Amino acid sequence: MNAAIATLPAPRKPRAGSLLLSSDPPRSVALSAILLLILVGLAVTPFVLEGSQPTATAVKICVFILLVASYDLLLGYTGIVSFAHTLFFGLGGYGIAIALDRLGPTWSSIGIGLVAALAGSALVAAVIGLVSLRVRAIFFSMITLAVASAALVLASQLSEITGGEDGLSFQLPPSLRPAFRAFAEPVLGLTINGRILAYYLIFFTALAAFLVLLRIVNSPFGRVLQAIRENEFRAEALGYRVVAYRTAVSVIAALFATLAGALLAIWLRYNGPDTTLSFAIMIDVLLMVVIGGMGTMYGAVIGAFLFVLAQSYLQVLMGAVSRAFEGVPVLPDILHPDRWLLWLGLLFVISVYAFPGGIVGRLRRD
Amino acid sequence: MSASTAPAPAAAALPAARADWLPLALVPAIMAAALPLFGDISSWVTLTLAGLAMGMMIFLMASGMTLVFGLMDVINFGHGVFISLGAYATLLVLGPLAAWAHAESLALNIALLLLCIGAGMAVTAGAGAFFERVIVRPVYGSHLKQILVTMGGLIITEQLIHALWGASPIPIPLPQALRGAFVIGDMAVERYRVAAVVIGLVVYGLMHLVLNRTRLGLLIRAGVENPEMVEALGYRIRRLFVSVFIAGSALAGLGGVMWAFYRQTLTAGMGMEVMVLVFTVIIIGGLGSIGGCFIGSLLVALVANYVGFLAPKLALVSNILVMALVLVWRPQGLFPVARR
Amino acid sequence: MSAAPLPSPAPAMLQLEGVQTHIGPYHILHGVDLAVPRGGVTMLLGRNGAGKTTTLRTIMGLWKASKGRILFDGEDITRRATPDIAQGGIAYVPESMAIFSDLTVRENVVLAARSGPIDPARLDWIFSLFPALKRFWNLPAGHLSGGQKQMLAITRAIAEPRRLLLVDEPTKGLAPVIVRNMIEAFQALKVAGETILLVEQNFHAASMLGDGVLVMDEGRIVHAGAMSELVADKGLQQRLLGLSLDTHQ
Repeated sequence: MNAAIATLPAPRKPRAGSLLLSSDPPRSVALSAILLLILVGLAVTPFVLEGSQPTATAVKICVFILLVASYDLLLGYTGIVSFAHTLFFGLGGYGIAIALDRLGPTWSSIGIGLVAALAGSALVAAVIGLVSLRVRAIFFSMITLAVASAALVLASQLSEITGGEDGLSFQLPPSLRPAFRAFAEPVLGLTINGRILAYYLIFFTALAAFLVLLRIVNSPFGRVLQAIRENEFRAEALGYRVVAYRTAVSVIAALFATLAGALLAIWLRYNGPDTTLSFAIMIDVLLMVVIGGMGTMYGAVIGAFLFVLAQSYLQVLMGAVSRAFEGVPVLPDILHPDRWLLWLGLLFVISVYAFPGGIVGRLRRD
Repeated sequence: MSASTAPAPAAAALPAARADWLPLALVPAIMAAALPLFGDISSWVTLTLAGLAMGMMIFLMASGMTLVFGLMDVINFGHGVFISLGAYATLLVLGPLAAWAHAESLALNIALLLLCIGAGMAVTAGAGAFFERVIVRPVYGSHLKQILVTMGGLIITEQLIHALWGASPIPIPLPQALRGAFVIGDMAVERYRVAAVVIGLVVYGLMHLVLNRTRLGLLIRAGVENPEMVEALGYRIRRLFVSVFIAGSALAGLGGVMWAFYRQTLTAGMGMEVMVLVFTVIIIGGLGSIGGCFIGSLLVALVANYVGFLAPKLALVSNILVMALVLVWRPQGLFPVARR
Repeated sequence: MSAAPLPSPAPAMLQLEGVQTHIGPYHILHGVDLAVPRGGVTMLLGRNGAGKTTTLRTIMGLWKASKGRILFDGEDITRRATPDIAQGGIAYVPESMAIFSDLTVRENVVLAARSGPIDPARLDWIFSLFPALKRFWNLPAGHLSGGQKQMLAITRAIAEPRRLLLVDEPTKGLAPVIVRNMIEAFQALKVAGETILLVEQNFHAASMLGDGVLVMDEGRIVHAGAMSELVADKGLQQRLLGLSLDTHQ
């Protein structure tokens, strides 16, 4: 019988790089170049740039890449607009903070805190996801808004646990403290202390998590999500239980956001409503994901990178320009560095109209 | 077959508006249920009035949004913008006429309030026309884009308010005649709250009248159900959409003015802050239903005020609780309307 | 295929020339040529999916013709917006009836009478055709039965005099006794001088009402002629519609 079966060509072994990126490469020379630059830049920042400020900025970029990528899973790939995402970010931060504060600065505390936060997030995300069982998509967005604001209030009110408005400060395990020395001698001119270790912990965790997310969106599960986003009724008719998928994706996105929150808390040695739960952060995430490019994952990288840099350094530029226009009515006010969100908001609105694929979409088209 | 000259009413002539009275009964029911929980009548009166007043203001702020969604299937997350703009527009009147606020004459005080309302509604009507044309019209049909774009509009406008009026809160004086309270026995009945309730009832009455007794109202109600058929009957529904959007924005502006005087402070984020309440209320009421919005607003405000006094820890989650309870009972809201 | 051979010297009330309609990627109308003469009922028949509803919707402007011309009493209405087409004197009764369930029967009719209050004499005439509407006059239209809703939908189209009525499957899903009622109503309209383009699946009803008949298949008109001719020629019926008169209703 074997002769009757035509011989299939032997399957090509996927290249290692393609496997790592889950067969979802940047698909654009410019984009690849930029992504590589960001990756390398983040990897070598402590070695190349002096002082604590650049490293702090790099941490922020790593954390937000992860947070925004997890949000892209919801918004870009499944078409769900949730305003409660910062809730999970906060849960991650508080998990670490409370554990290290109550159980002492050890690695097991970090482990316990993280696991507790992940479990809590999964539960809350599952409940929120199931709410979409009974209500329409629009209701869902509004409900998440209400939940997010309730979370903020709760965090302030349960001050014995959360530290209220002031948040919680805590100590890290000895190996992550500034005084710790990993090696007696400096490596490549840099003393490897606990802070550097913390940085690379965050960097590699964020990188790994991002690659996992890439894997998820390119799996059969991810394809069903996109089918649901395109046409919910059709997906349901094809036999996919939309509510189950939505709940699952809610939980997955929440878990990654929680991880991001934990990482941030580890760096800051602090967690409070203003660093993780605030509505401003939710808006920032929205801006990053849309400007970067919804539904691409790489958009999160670009968006987070640009946004964090702009937040730190664009304001300086705006300050200079604003002073240049002093005396002119109105202009100095709208160019004032505090108003940088106005310009980003404009960019955001223009992106939605003119560049639905964001920066990544634009780069890929060329 | 007998022919009569005028259409005879059917044997059981039901009113054109909803006959579903159960949700209507909720408001007096809550008020009555709360009474025994209070120690004395006077605190019940104070809080009930506070609840009713706040409910009216929320209704004003929310009604525009629910109507726009019901009729045009447009979600305007930037609705809070109109609330803030309406509030800040009072500065246009209070700037030159601040003296009237401190005058003894009732007439001047009322006139001041009415002028502020006029200014607030005029500014927000204009902003609404702009918003609809520039921001909303290009994204008809896509809820996702609407949410994103209108949020963007909100961010931009809030920043503009910051830029133009500064980031610090601006205090505004409540007109003299509306300060303080009527004292009846040992109960203090705040004047401004009474005014808010009166204005709210008047507006609701007018809306009810327009919706149920005029041809325009007919068009709106029919358009909520099936805009295509309304066009096929010969009406230019697009124009109606724009008018409703502008009217909705103006209503939010009115709510903003009332809210501003209630808080006696202006902050750029005030519109945003109240959006959570607005959303809660229109979900409870049913998207597209003015009646539902009215009842929902009163319900939420009353419960918030009662719980705030009786069990303060629960106060801020009371909204979510009410919403959850209503949705469990009626997942589409109290009065589901839009038949899409 | 040339237009209806009815001996009528006046220009057609409605004329379609080479009309094509695309809906998204789907090409539904592949060049429709038809003429509806003034006065009387022109039936539009055809299998499911032939494009009959699409034709009516295209005339009404709800879907835009991608090619061709639509002439209404000599005027080119191809590019006009739906409200303008309606105001020009065309009334549309869709397959789904599209009555406003939240509004009362009275409010539905009032909305349809654009120019103002309904002429009482006309209203009496309508009540004589559809007595049930009088009974339910002040009740929400959502409470009506299927047949009554259909009556309301037709009433909206005739609340004021219109020059052309487009009616899509009025007897669909109705009980035989209601269908008879409907046929009588249309016959009364015919006597009153209305011009009607009627889409029907029910060949019996069609044969009772139609003066002229157009048969559609795959987005094109494949036959145009007098109804009497089609009724008489069983072979032609078989070829065009796959049925014969006696076996239906």
